[in-house]
Amino acid sequence: MSVLDELTNLELKILPILINNEKNEKGINIDNIIFQSGLKDIEVMRAVQWLSNKNLVTLNEKIDEFILLDVNGKEYVKTGLPEIRILNLIKDSEKSVSQLISEGISMEEINISIGQLKKNLSITLSKNDNNELVLFITENGKKFLQKESLEQKFLKKKFPLNINELLPEDKFAFDSLKKRKQIISVEIKKTITIFITENCKKISSDLSSVSNKIEKLTPEMIKSGSYKDKEFRSFDISSGVPKYNYGKKHFVNDAIDYVKKIFLEMGFTEMKGSMVQTSMWDLDSLFVPQDHPAREMQDTFYIKDPSEGKLQKDYISKLKKVHENGLFGLNKNEIDSRGWGGKFSEEIAKKNLLRTHTTVISAQTLAQLKDSDFPAKFFSVDKVYRNESLDQKHLFEFHQVEGIVIDPNANFTNLLGYLKEFFKKMGYDDVRIRPAHFPYTEPSAEVEVYIKETNTWIELGGSGVFRPEVVIPLLGKDIPVLAWGLGLERIIVPYFGFRDIRLLYNNDFKVLRHSKKWMM
Amino acid sequence: MPTITINKKRLLKNLNRKISDEELKEKISMLGTDLEKIEDNEIIVEIFPNRPDYLSEQMFSKALSSFMGVSEGYTEYSSKKLPSDYKVIIDSKVKSVRPYTVCAVVKNLSFDDDLIKEIIQTQEKLHVTFCRNRKKAAIGIYPMENITFPIKFTADSPEKIKFIPLESKIEMNGNEIVENHPTGKQYAHLMQGLEKFSYFIDSNNNILSIPPIINSEITGRVTNKTKDVFIECSGFDIYTLKKVLNIIVCSLAEMGGNVYSIPVIYPKNYSNSELDCDNSNNNSDETEIITPDFKCQEMKIDSEFVSNKLGRHFSKKEISGCLSKMGIGYDEKKEIAFIPPYRADILHKVDLVEDIAIAYGFFEFKPEIPQVATTGKEDLIEIFKKKIRDLMIGFGLIEVKNYNIVSYENQTSKLLFTDEESKDIVVLKNSLTVEYDSLRNNLLSSAMITLKNNKNSDYPQNFFEIGECFSLNENCAENTKLLLDKGVISNSFRFDSKVYDFPKLGVTLCSKESDFTKIKQILDGFFEGLGMNYNLERCSNKSSYIPGRAGDIFSKNKHLGSLGEIHPQVINNFDIEFPISYLELDLNSVYLSFIEK
Repeated sequence: MSVLDELTNLELKILPILINNEKNEKGINIDNIIFQSGLKDIEVMRAVQWLSNKNLVTLNEKIDEFILLDVNGKEYVKTGLPEIRILNLIKDSEKSVSQLISEGISMEEINISIGQLKKNLSITLSKNDNNELVLFITENGKKFLQKESLEQKFLKKKFPLNINELLPEDKFAFDSLKKRKQIISVEIKKTITIFITENCKKISSDLSSVSNKIEKLTPEMIKSGSYKDKEFRSFDISSGVPKYNYGKKHFVNDAIDYVKKIFLEMGFTEMKGSMVQTSMWDLDSLFVPQDHPAREMQDTFYIKDPSEGKLQKDYISKLKKVHENGLFGLNKNEIDSRGWGGKFSEEIAKKNLLRTHTTVISAQTLAQLKDSDFPAKFFSVDKVYRNESLDQKHLFEFHQVEGIVIDPNANFTNLLGYLKEFFKKMGYDDVRIRPAHFPYTEPSAEVEVYIKETNTWIELGGSGVFRPEVVIPLLGKDIPVLAWGLGLERIIVPYFGFRDIRLLYNNDFKVLRHSKKWMM
Repeated sequence: MPTITINKKRLLKNLNRKISDEELKEKISMLGTDLEKIEDNEIIVEIFPNRPDYLSEQMFSKALSSFMGVSEGYTEYSSKKLPSDYKVIIDSKVKSVRPYTVCAVVKNLSFDDDLIKEIIQTQEKLHVTFCRNRKKAAIGIYPMENITFPIKFTADSPEKIKFIPLESKIEMNGNEIVENHPTGKQYAHLMQGLEKFSYFIDSNNNILSIPPIINSEITGRVTNKTKDVFIECSGFDIYTLKKVLNIIVCSLAEMGGNVYSIPVIYPKNYSNSELDCDNSNNNSDETEIITPDFKCQEMKIDSEFVSNKLGRHFSKKEISGCLSKMGIGYDEKKEIAFIPPYRADILHKVDLVEDIAIAYGFFEFKPEIPQVATTGKEDLIEIFKKKIRDLMIGFGLIEVKNYNIVSYENQTSKLLFTDEESKDIVVLKNSLTVEYDSLRNNLLSSAMITLKNNKNSDYPQNFFEIGECFSLNENCAENTKLLLDKGVISNSFRFDSKVYDFPKLGVTLCSKESDFTKIKQILDGFFEGLGMNYNLERCSNKSSYIPGRAGDIFSKNKHLGSLGEIHPQVINNFDIEFPISYLELDLNSVYLSFIEK
């Protein structure tokens, strides 16, 4: 394939302009090409770069400094420099500073002008009765007014001005104005001059043949069939294209949907509930002792107002019994049961907090079940909160995945069965459990999954069978409730290889736009 | 969770056999603790809060060796009697200050430095965890040689209690200790507001300690010359105190000490039930309880219960064997378990079931999933949210996900909200930073933060979020109630906290071209997608929009949300440099209109 075939549309558009300019020893600059081609600057830049890569042009970069008018400069072009305006105002009679201000000259301008005017002996100063400066014009001043100053002349020039093309007297005015506030500014500008190479000259005669080939297929060509007599120019298909920004689901939601699908396949019903809960539901119902360290301010977010919620009357009296003295009297055959002892406080139970786990939703779901509902399976994938500082490893809100099975015939062995099934669908070949402790389950177990790639077992969540102290006040009898849960973010972070857990929720578009799909 | 450091050499000596680090690690974690690491001669183990007895190295090592079948599991502890002047007398004044105390004496100990370190570790770890940072209970240990019985536990105003506290050379009174002594300062909050401090004093008028703060330097320092010790646990819950004392005393007994019991004599203003005892001698003015109380707790547990819970048949013999490995006795005939006095975690027989499962080995259970048919069902609002997400992605928008906890300033004043617009916002009581101190009521502040964080990314930045918002407003409660009545949601406890959460949709268009037309196109597309109609009314009460370029969205008089061009002052407030047009909808309201259409 010849170089000609690889030329893109953009290159083809600007090549003739470059060739026309062949004779010009100074080359041609980008602005000129933009002007002649009618293309956008970015398009011309890209095309020139490609041509340079193909060794058809050489680029000559030159850096120039240009002088521009700044805010005050633009103003003074219209109204004149403040020192000249002041001289005009005091030409006939002296004026005090406050009089000048009332003529619309700012204090700042007055201060600068006094400096300037004193330097070239155009004014003298004295103080009036109010201890205020008064300005008098001198003979020098009157002469000065008659001819135009270098600075004024300078401001009348056409900007931007190339700094290298300044005349000596312009240079003086430039230095003086540069020191003053926001009259002029200097901008650095890169100009690129383009020269065509010998290679390019060689192919210039064949260019017209390329131009005869079809560049873009148009509806007219299709309708008229004019494409039939022509060839299509071939494209350089390996050249890169700009990124396309399309709509996309957040990757965490991708993972959530994936987990939900697994539960739905296993016949589980989704449960939902409030994010702000009373301590009664979040902690007391799950038999967390009222003096448990997790309840303290540093672990749990409490609500300022309303700091207290309402208690469910019948239920709270049962909870009080269970916490203080155990199950005796709440269920037949419960003789050997003692609670946490101490006094159960309704004040503590009323406290509103941001739920610390979705297990609170499990408790509320159980509270609404009837005998005819068993066996039943529920799940949730939802937000929970911990009062932590945000850092590389910690979030103060994250997602908990939770499954519960309420089945009169279920047992610990079945819990293991559900775990195996669930985690297999989650993509983990093997699962095992170790002893653990949660206040609301007995037995309690930590769940570990096997990672083939590293030949290791990693801890992924907790599980257990709800304690009778949790179940009986909710259901009125002891029916086995199997439960397990895990933190969703712990699975997502390694999948995307994030080193910092905050990357999940800082919504960096560079990450969001180009993240891979959840393919587990 | 607390960790303890165990001397590996001593542990291995106790286990009486060679064992690799790998195997040791495995055994420790299968016992129901979490091994952190083994380093040289140190083993660091994380102890779950249900096993305070494991905070004692002796008791942990005893449990491990019995779990591994090296030693006999169930131990019965007993105590001897002391001469009759060995007693502790409780003054009625302490009842309102620090009501309960239990005590013991242990003799014939040989404290070397390691053992002192170990007993201090046990005491300190118990203080932090089971004793709730000394709030619930505190332990004091004193060498016997410097004290003379009987001992009195009484209370007085702090300035009258004077002694030389540990680590000090001068005499200080109660107030000075709390104000100046390092340990005193550390626990000063526990003494706040107390008119009287409680203290132990012997019959020579030597003060032993002010619990729960500090011992006396003279009478309360254990050294490697100490052979006999007096131990007291004082605090607010007699059951906890008895357990703490038992753990300390049993671990000293495991070190080879001889345990002696002591009568603790309470005045008549304490009832039997308060003291958790059943003294029938009610005629006397005082109640005497003998501590430590080594009586075994008995609990009935049969094979059927265990087998049903665990899903595998356990014979009585197996139960007996498993419980023994866990240090628990079992009478197979009567089917009664004997729980040693140092166990604080057996509240119900399910706790014994767990011990049986641990002894049997968690790895040994064969997973079995029952064939139980149930129908899966997704939450209807969640399904609705998914449909909306699909629509939004179809519009070419990127989905973002922000925190529900946001800055109050960002979601109010920076959005130019008036007091009226801010009144339903829920504020947290104890946030760590002002950056995250309230629950979001709108998705706009989250969108502004997203834009602020993305100033270096390409424009246009057009995106959406479907997220929870929070409000105190009764309209939100009304929506929740309607959804409940219609059976869309089923949890009826959503009103308990009086804070209502509900899903919102926020759409943000930010680029040079963003304007009202562009955002209204999205709005049109949204309602077309749902097959619904809407009407728009000019809105004047939403300060974040440019006046005259904002609208309230209604469907049959139900307010669903708003849209408009964001006020440039708001854009300035978040350091953003492009125009923004924005749409926000309450999805509970939209859903209610959707099902009624």
